[in-house]
Amino acid sequence: MNEQSSTQKRNQQTVSGNSSTRFEKEGRTPIVEFRNVVKQFGEFTAVDDVSLKIWPGEFFALLGPSGCGKTTLLRMLAGFETPSSGEILLDGKNILPVPPNKRPVNMMFQSYALFPHLSVRDNIAFGLKRDGMTKENIEARTEEMLKLVRMENFAHRKPHQMSGGQRQRVALARALAKNPKLLLLDEPLGALDAKLREATQFELVNIQEKLGTTFIIVTHDQEEAMTVSTRIGVMNLGIVAQVDTPAGIYENPSSRFVADFIGDVNLLEGRIEGEAKGKHAEGNMLFAANGIETTFSARCPDQLEAGTTCWLAVRPEKIAISKEKDTKAVNQVSGVVDDIAYVGNLSTYHVRLANGRVIKAQEVNRRRVENREITWEDEVWLSFTEGAGLLLAE
Amino acid sequence: MIRRLTWFNATALTFGFTFLYLPIVLLIIYSFNESKLVTVWGGFSTKWYGELMRNEAMLDAAWVTLRVAVFSASIATALGTMAAIVLVRAGRFPSRTLFSGMVYAPLVMPEVITGLSLLLLFIAIGLDRGMLTIILAHTTFAMCYVAVVVSSRLVTFDQSLEEAAADLGASPLDTFFSVTLPIIAPAVVAGWLLAFTLSLDDLVIASFNTGPGATTLPIKIYSAVRLGVSPEINALSTILISIVTVGVITASLLQKRLVRRGYQVE
Ligand SMILES: Nc1ncnc2c1ncn2[C@@H]1O[C@H](COP(=O)(O)OP(=O)(O)OP(=O)(O)O)[C@@H](O)[C@H]1O
Ligand SMILES: [Mg+2]
Repeated sequence: MNEQSSTQKRNQQTVSGNSSTRFEKEGRTPIVEFRNVVKQFGEFTAVDDVSLKIWPGEFFALLGPSGCGKTTLLRMLAGFETPSSGEILLDGKNILPVPPNKRPVNMMFQSYALFPHLSVRDNIAFGLKRDGMTKENIEARTEEMLKLVRMENFAHRKPHQMSGGQRQRVALARALAKNPKLLLLDEPLGALDAKLREATQFELVNIQEKLGTTFIIVTHDQEEAMTVSTRIGVMNLGIVAQVDTPAGIYENPSSRFVADFIGDVNLLEGRIEGEAKGKHAEGNMLFAANGIETTFSARCPDQLEAGTTCWLAVRPEKIAISKEKDTKAVNQVSGVVDDIAYVGNLSTYHVRLANGRVIKAQEVNRRRVENREITWEDEVWLSFTEGAGLLLAE
Repeated sequence: MIRRLTWFNATALTFGFTFLYLPIVLLIIYSFNESKLVTVWGGFSTKWYGELMRNEAMLDAAWVTLRVAVFSASIATALGTMAAIVLVRAGRFPSRTLFSGMVYAPLVMPEVITGLSLLLLFIAIGLDRGMLTIILAHTTFAMCYVAVVVSSRLVTFDQSLEEAAADLGASPLDTFFSVTLPIIAPAVVAGWLLAFTLSLDDLVIASFNTGPGATTLPIKIYSAVRLGVSPEINALSTILISIVTVGVITASLLQKRLVRRGYQVE
């Protein structure tokens, strides 16, 4: 519980402070910088002209569908792949000529890659022994790491004698042991069940806060990215579609892909009618969805011209549903309940509009299901505020 | 699925194994024969083993064979392992298929041809035939077997282990000796044992490349038998069979252990 609130607090801080733009202004050196990095495998472009800055102390998540190039990006950073073109800078220095064993970067592999012939202790000490540390220091550091991941009692086990979660902790300890400037985590929690996964996410965040190491985590689980990271880079087809804080990505997606990929979203196709008027409608545009009479007022950061085809994006939880028409609501549309998805604490209503499109509206179940007043085939009204909707050109 | 042994399977099994092992069993039994006549049973005795121990020529041959086997197996293991690593790891280079084909070809090459071609080579470069030439010849054909055994292990080797080692600061050489080799060690040892036993019982290639003072045991036995089979030879063969059996069983146990210990990639 404690841990949870601490992550949330941190996320909020970065939303308001937005340290990355501050760092940018102050002219600080990013710990990692990708400059127009391209990676081609034969004809196929796995990473397409990526430019990205990551700041010291960040917990940066790379998020995207399978095959979008996340692992490839990390592997280039660790030195296992060479970019076809572009530069990668670590602390302002080009690291492309540096072989993997000389980079101050450690990686936690998706498969953990623990050495099967070595005990937990020797796995953790492996990197330390190559650092020219004294025997006592190696032992002390290994103990410290074992304690950190709570594996003291398993120090003599071999990897095949442990559970998936234990192996994962050893892999983390091994990657952290050398106290790297930068830790790369490739789907570190992929193999864990939901409970353990959640616990480990908080553990990761705690460790990161305690050590101050910069983390880059790859995941295709958006919830995980939202929970642990200070900033998220959403990737698609080899390009970085958007980089922002979790809240920024969720509230202000820059494209249909990002809106759709992060969380659940309703997308309606239509066009811009003109500027919206109203008290809270500054910068808003009026939007007419194809096949519906009513127009909607929604935010329009892209400043689209009247007549442009675009999409209205509204999150299901921002849409209110009721049986009566709300006289005060600005954005309102009627429909028929097609389906109700019940997941215990929440119900999602699938409402069919006049144009045949289905809109999802989510409500918290304050009453028991039997007492629910809206049921199948009911005629209902959906409403949302002027700030809830977002108009996206692409 | 556990199936019972039907009478048909049982019969097939019996015939098959009889066919395979009857001659060997006979040989072992007759090595304990008191009588000097090979085909007449004269009671149990270990006297031929004693005779054997006093036979200087035989012991010399055994010593030569042992040294040849150890040296050729060791060189073949080093070369075969390197060949396997290159073939499995080197990615795609031009004519890679040709190369891997060429490594495996000697496996099916008639021994007479291998022996003869090596003999021609040694004559051409003016190398006197003796123990060295036998060692070289055995290395040549045994390394293919080692390459096969080791590369079958390497294809299932999780390469991210080597990347992890590099990531933790190990140089490529360090990675090979501290990660790759220990993990593939059972396969390498199995390859060595295979090479050792192959060298131990080779007659054809050895007789092509042998020279004065380098008579191996199989050559010695073969020439002795031409003068008449003596129970002493039976005793010697029994010892050889035991050594080879132990070698082969150890090799296959090592392979099994490799799988059981979870060394395979998950
Ligand atoms: N060595 C390679 N040779 C050829 N293609 C490759 C190679 N490595 C990766 N690719 C391709 O590059 C693309 C990106 O791969 P990558 O492993 O970076 O995806 P990813 O985003 O990590 O996906 P996932 O979430 O499934 O792990 C994929 O289409 C993959 O097929
Ligand atoms: Mg991946």
